Amino acid sequence: MRKVAVIGVGQSNFGELWDASFRDIVLSAGIEALEDAGLEGREIEAMYVGNMSGGRYLAQEHIAALIADYAGLAELHIPSTRVEAADASGGLALRQAYMAVASGVHDIVIAAGAEKVTDVGSEAAMEILASAADREWEVFAGATLASLYAMIARLHMEKFGTRPEDLAMVSVKNHKNATLNPKAQFRREISLEIALNSPYVAEPLRLFDCAPLSDGAAVVILASEEVAKTYTDTPVYISACCQASDYLALHSRKDLLTMRAVVHAAKQAYKQAGIEAKDIDVAEVHDSFTIAEILAYEDLGFAEKGKGAELIREGVTNLDGDIPVNPSGGLKACGHAVGATGIRQAVEITLQLRGDAGKRQVDAENGLALNVGGTGATAIVTIFTR
Amino acid sequence: MLPRFWRKIKYRYDLVGTKCENCGNYYYPPRNLCPVCRRKSKIREVKLSGRGEVISYSIVHEAPEDLKAEKPYVIALIRLDEGPLVTSQLVCEPEEVKIGMRVRKAFRKYGEDGEAGIIYYGTKFVLDEV
Amino acid sequence: MIGIVSYGTYVPKYRIKAEEIARIWGENGEVISKGLGIQQKSVPYLDEDTATIAVEAAREAVYRARIDGSEIGAVYVGSESHPYVVKPTATIVGEAIGAGNEYFAADLEFACKAGTAGMQICLAMVKAGMINYGLAIGADTSQGAPGDPLEYSASAGGAAYIIGEKNVIAEIEATCSFTSDTPDFWRREGQPYPSHGGRFTGLPAYFRHITSAAKLIMEKTGLQPSDFKYAVFHQPNGKFPMRAAKMLGFNSEQVKQGLVVSCIGNTYSGSSLLGLAAVLDVAKPEDRILLVSFGSGAGSDAFVIRATDAIESFERKPEVWEKIKSGVCVDYGLYLKFRRKIKVR
Repeated sequence: MRKVAVIGVGQSNFGELWDASFRDIVLSAGIEALEDAGLEGREIEAMYVGNMSGGRYLAQEHIAALIADYAGLAELHIPSTRVEAADASGGLALRQAYMAVASGVHDIVIAAGAEKVTDVGSEAAMEILASAADREWEVFAGATLASLYAMIARLHMEKFGTRPEDLAMVSVKNHKNATLNPKAQFRREISLEIALNSPYVAEPLRLFDCAPLSDGAAVVILASEEVAKTYTDTPVYISACCQASDYLALHSRKDLLTMRAVVHAAKQAYKQAGIEAKDIDVAEVHDSFTIAEILAYEDLGFAEKGKGAELIREGVTNLDGDIPVNPSGGLKACGHAVGATGIRQAVEITLQLRGDAGKRQVDAENGLALNVGGTGATAIVTIFTR
Repeated sequence: MLPRFWRKIKYRYDLVGTKCENCGNYYYPPRNLCPVCRRKSKIREVKLSGRGEVISYSIVHEAPEDLKAEKPYVIALIRLDEGPLVTSQLVCEPEEVKIGMRVRKAFRKYGEDGEAGIIYYGTKFVLDEV
Repeated sequence: MIGIVSYGTYVPKYRIKAEEIARIWGENGEVISKGLGIQQKSVPYLDEDTATIAVEAAREAVYRARIDGSEIGAVYVGSESHPYVVKPTATIVGEAIGAGNEYFAADLEFACKAGTAGMQICLAMVKAGMINYGLAIGADTSQGAPGDPLEYSASAGGAAYIIGEKNVIAEIEATCSFTSDTPDFWRREGQPYPSHGGRFTGLPAYFRHITSAAKLIMEKTGLQPSDFKYAVFHQPNGKFPMRAAKMLGFNSEQVKQGLVVSCIGNTYSGSSLLGLAAVLDVAKPEDRILLVSFGSGAGSDAFVIRATDAIESFERKPEVWEKIKSGVCVDYGLYLKFRRKIKVR
């Protein structure tokens, strides 16, 4: 297995991009990545694309071919593959691309993620996102994705004493970070009071506990170590990219308060990278709901099970804390472009490790990205290092 | 949705689940393959008692289109007496729900495929006052 | 001996007071309430309809009978508010009680007496040896047009009866019907609310058929009012059954136990059957019960029913009066919402 490096990154703005079509946003992210890597385009050997539901958001399938086409790569006839794991589609694409290079099958591969959710209207968009859960036995019963995470939150509060304030603090932190991210959807700070008084979505989760649904695209270009060194002096290596699955429905899980897919993938990743949780200097985690970030602290090993809230209370995961989490603003404030999120996280960690993160730069040698599908049926943990 | 709904009517109208005779686990929603035993599964259908307790719940304020009229409604994770955990609407006032309370099955309307479409019936839960 | 083997009932938990309805329409609630003999009526929730009510009642009956659903040989559901105009409620009930595939089934309509008509059919099928157990259900979520007097009484509820030969708790000693073509109350295809003939629904309709059927059956059986412990008549309001009783020579003591209408209104196809259930809840062995239903259009089914020894060991709790005395009152706005009378997109 060869070492794999990120040689280029690109990202569109995340948000309600009324003027841009799906094809437009994919192109903008792709071009940025190619420029960043210093590639012309003909060097690309394969493409992996994460997109949750082109079919329902756009009535368009065959997304991988579409993206390769509009990226100007149709003449190269490269293999282009779309992968899907709900909102972990991006992470899946990253891992597929990683394996393609690590195994020696390809030298330079694109991993892209893209989603356009605003063409269908927000209610339809939420309904489509619900397919990340179990349609037959969760959604049919009346459960929304927010209500599933809400039930986890209530249990976490009941069992471990996590408070609504703790959840709100996660949101406040991420909004603050996003003010320093020019590509983020929401670039205004919010106060704890605003968060705690926002209307309920599904008790105990309120409006500010829930990430928005956004349009967006992100691209990373991976290359083998040898090839990477011909393009850049600052390659960022992927020292591990591990994926795990779990029962689809929340009601089937062994422990409602642990995402075993995350624990499993993280364990494998730490082992493969030869490091421990405490060696991680910066992380992008999947805060589709604030409780998910608290759970991530625990399942990634940053805190003991049940003690996740302590980290946010003590400011450990703030931008100036010991282990900054979601410096980009996370899903909550940077935006959640479903299939693009996993790749956007990779873009952020790469920028951080390169020293290119501008005003939100932190000091980091090892970075981690956690992309989760639905309520935890899929998890991808990627560890990056300088 | 018609054939997809109809196929599972038996398992929706009542709590008909499955049991793996090999390991003794009960499954609802029903599984035809035991995830513990896999190829060694010995699955048979079994009617569950329909009683259980609330493990967790949420009061949904932002509701999907077909449930808008019922908001705020209660969605709960219910541990059936035989063991399986199910996700279901709990038909009661939001103030009445508590973790740990006993509930029992009720036959209710889930929705319909528009005014001219078929009606979806199934099992919800109500407070078990016994 | 053929008769009732088991029974089950279901009444939705919400109520609306007559006074609340009167408040909206600028009428005198107290006067109306007193005049009709109805304090409040039952209101089904958004996720309830005749099928859900029928299933809950049927499940209670099957459970109390200690038989398996697959032993039911026939399912007849009588209602004037079947959820589908075409597609039977009976098969939804059959599926929900696990009746399997080998059973007779159909939906019935005869205004408020469709449930008792189902009982007669089941009785005949058991007598003929075609089935072991028949399930007859009367259930409704009747609608009264807003502002119409019927709005005070049109309510929701249902009862299910299992008819058979084994472990009979109440023998059906005799049954007969008095039928004529009398258009006192009707609803045309596509109309949301029924129409009625006002005072015409009294003497030429309700009273004529109830008293004729009652007299007919007493003639046939040679029985007198004094031979009966209880009398249950169809209950469109609290006054008509009392008047009918008087006309026939029954006293109010005999009618009281079955008079559920004051608490829950007129459950239409469920009305006389819920009244019968309330009586069976307390009946002692050998108690004789006269049951006379009435369905507009018009007709009455009369039954002479006699409780057996087996009724003592039959599980009769929770009792009907227990179920209907509890309830959660709603205001007119919620009532409109629950009954889907508010036009939404």
